[in-house]
Amino acid sequence: MSATHKPTLLENDGVRRSLLLSPAVIMIGIFLIMPLLMVLVFSFLQPGTYGGVIWEFSTDAYRQFFFEEDFLTEEMVFTPAYLEIFGASFTNAVIAVFFCFLVGFPTAYFIATRPARTQGLWLFAITIPYWVNLLIRTVSMLFIIRDQGPLNEFLLNLGIIDKPLSIAYTQYAVVLGLFYSYLPFMVLPLYAAIERFDFSLLNAAHDLYASRWKALRYVLFPSVRNGIIAGCLLVFIPSLGAFIAPDVLGGGKQLMIGNMIALQFQGSRNWPFGAAAAVILLTFVLCLLMFFAWRASKSSQSAQQKAQHKAQQKVQQTNEGGSH
Amino acid sequence: MKKTQGFKRLTQGLSALAGGLLLSSAVQAEGELHLYNWSDYMPQALLDKFAEQYDVKVTQDTYDSNETLLAKLKSGVKGYDVAVPGDYMVAIMVKEGLLENIHANKLSNFSKVKKDLINVYFDEGREYSVPYQFGTTAFMVDTAVYGGDINTLDILFNPPAELKGKINMFRDVNDVINAALRYKGYETCNANRKELKEVNDMLKTASENWLSIQSDGAREMLVSGDAAVSMVWNGMALRARQEKASLQYAYPKEGLTAWADNLVVLKDAPNLENAKLFLNFMMEPENAATLTNFAGYTAGVEGTDPYLDEKFKGALELNPPAGAPVAEFVPPCDPEVVRLYDRIWTNLLK
Repeated sequence: MSATHKPTLLENDGVRRSLLLSPAVIMIGIFLIMPLLMVLVFSFLQPGTYGGVIWEFSTDAYRQFFFEEDFLTEEMVFTPAYLEIFGASFTNAVIAVFFCFLVGFPTAYFIATRPARTQGLWLFAITIPYWVNLLIRTVSMLFIIRDQGPLNEFLLNLGIIDKPLSIAYTQYAVVLGLFYSYLPFMVLPLYAAIERFDFSLLNAAHDLYASRWKALRYVLFPSVRNGIIAGCLLVFIPSLGAFIAPDVLGGGKQLMIGNMIALQFQGSRNWPFGAAAAVILLTFVLCLLMFFAWRASKSSQSAQQKAQHKAQQKVQQTNEGGSH
Repeated sequence: MKKTQGFKRLTQGLSALAGGLLLSSAVQAEGELHLYNWSDYMPQALLDKFAEQYDVKVTQDTYDSNETLLAKLKSGVKGYDVAVPGDYMVAIMVKEGLLENIHANKLSNFSKVKKDLINVYFDEGREYSVPYQFGTTAFMVDTAVYGGDINTLDILFNPPAELKGKINMFRDVNDVINAALRYKGYETCNANRKELKEVNDMLKTASENWLSIQSDGAREMLVSGDAAVSMVWNGMALRARQEKASLQYAYPKEGLTAWADNLVVLKDAPNLENAKLFLNFMMEPENAATLTNFAGYTAGVEGTDPYLDEKFKGALELNPPAGAPVAEFVPPCDPEVVRLYDRIWTNLLK
């Protein structure tokens, strides 16, 4: 009887598997692949005069990234302008990562070393500002740092400065905004990594006369390396494409890639160029991520090889010892 | 080619689907009105009054320039009923098929519209639009910071030492480039590449003395003292002066821009009838006066005088002094000029 039982469609393993997978595949298809495909296709079209695209194949958008038409001769000449925006965004993002790490690491360490009961409370406190919309927080930041704001008034009253520090609408303001926006993205992965760290290793290091710095450098940092990389990437990537902080705190004069792309869909009305810039940014980030993934896999491989090598040596030694 | 066609059809299908979803949700909630307006341009009290009078739920979103409005609508954003484009933008939107022909001139309050605002170049006889408010675009200077002559575009493009680094410009391609063209003594809507190249270079140099380029919050910056100069519209200038008396609106000798904003109903508006009711409501002199009292610009309808605040009597912002240049309406430029302007604008911001 059972030998002749034919499996129904649902009992077929292949069908079941694809049915179970389908929600994920459909989600990724609609929300990831489709929009990215659209960006890619649009980047190879011609811009319409009042926005939108003309369905004609063209690589002008990518050429525009490096070359611009001379006003008078209408010849294409190399322009570093967009590369400079890219460079400036990169610099801003790196500085933001640096300061996030500088502040985020001690914070994460502090939280991870509190008693287990209170850790939740500290983490909770980190998230509280993020209940308020990012735009509102950024505008508030502008009000704090501007010439007539409380920060300058405070410093003036103390007599530390005799005229307002002009921070608002400068690169400093933009970096401050990035730092403030993405700090938790640094703290949380670092906390997760430090929390798993075996603190008795630090004691062992101290027992072996390691200084505080050496213990940090050779014991703690290597153990939480993945947390550091994750935190840095989580701050770096959104900082690189940030839109609100440069827009509000830079006053429209400190353009970053994100604003440059947004501008193409608003005032400049050049969708293909905006799409092309987005593709270039995406490719850059992807290369960066692949580089880190490659390094991580390489270092874990080499660590394995080293361990194997050592084990082999040991076996050889014991064998040699045995032959005596 | 076939592939791109297929993709085009696919994206069109998807946007139609998204549009359909939006529409169906709009049908469920009856008695709504979605307004898309400039920021800081409509008193909440007036929206509340309309909501109460017609039992309609009113929501408002805002934009900061005509170009932003156009960009949003061209990107396929649906669901708004009424928008407030300026003169030349009405012409562009009609041409781009973004407006509903509601035969605005048949609305019952249309008789109150000022006669010289009916046969306008951007909507001859007023089929699509009714007047909202009109005014001028120039700039404003804090006379406590700078005591010299302010009625010159030198203030923006070649500022005295006191004003360097304290200037805010509008984030509006036409306002900035038109001012720059007038400063150089060139025609607006200009396709002369040699002249535009000069404008391009001049703006790039001038921008080193600018604090910021933003439209939202310009009044705030002037009043707080962050900026000592900012491009402003005249009504905004009036409001700013009331908060800080040392601020003065300039009538630059090289010329300034005149504009007239309008209420329009967007194509495929989900709440067409409410939109028409709203246009008619806004042409009621008492309501138009409430708007003027709030925003500070001249109403497009007759009969608002009895309802207007004292502050408008002899206000410099609304009454140009003798000898001030006549403000110029700037029609939409040719696509070639638009592209050149866009390039200058991108060069300036990048």
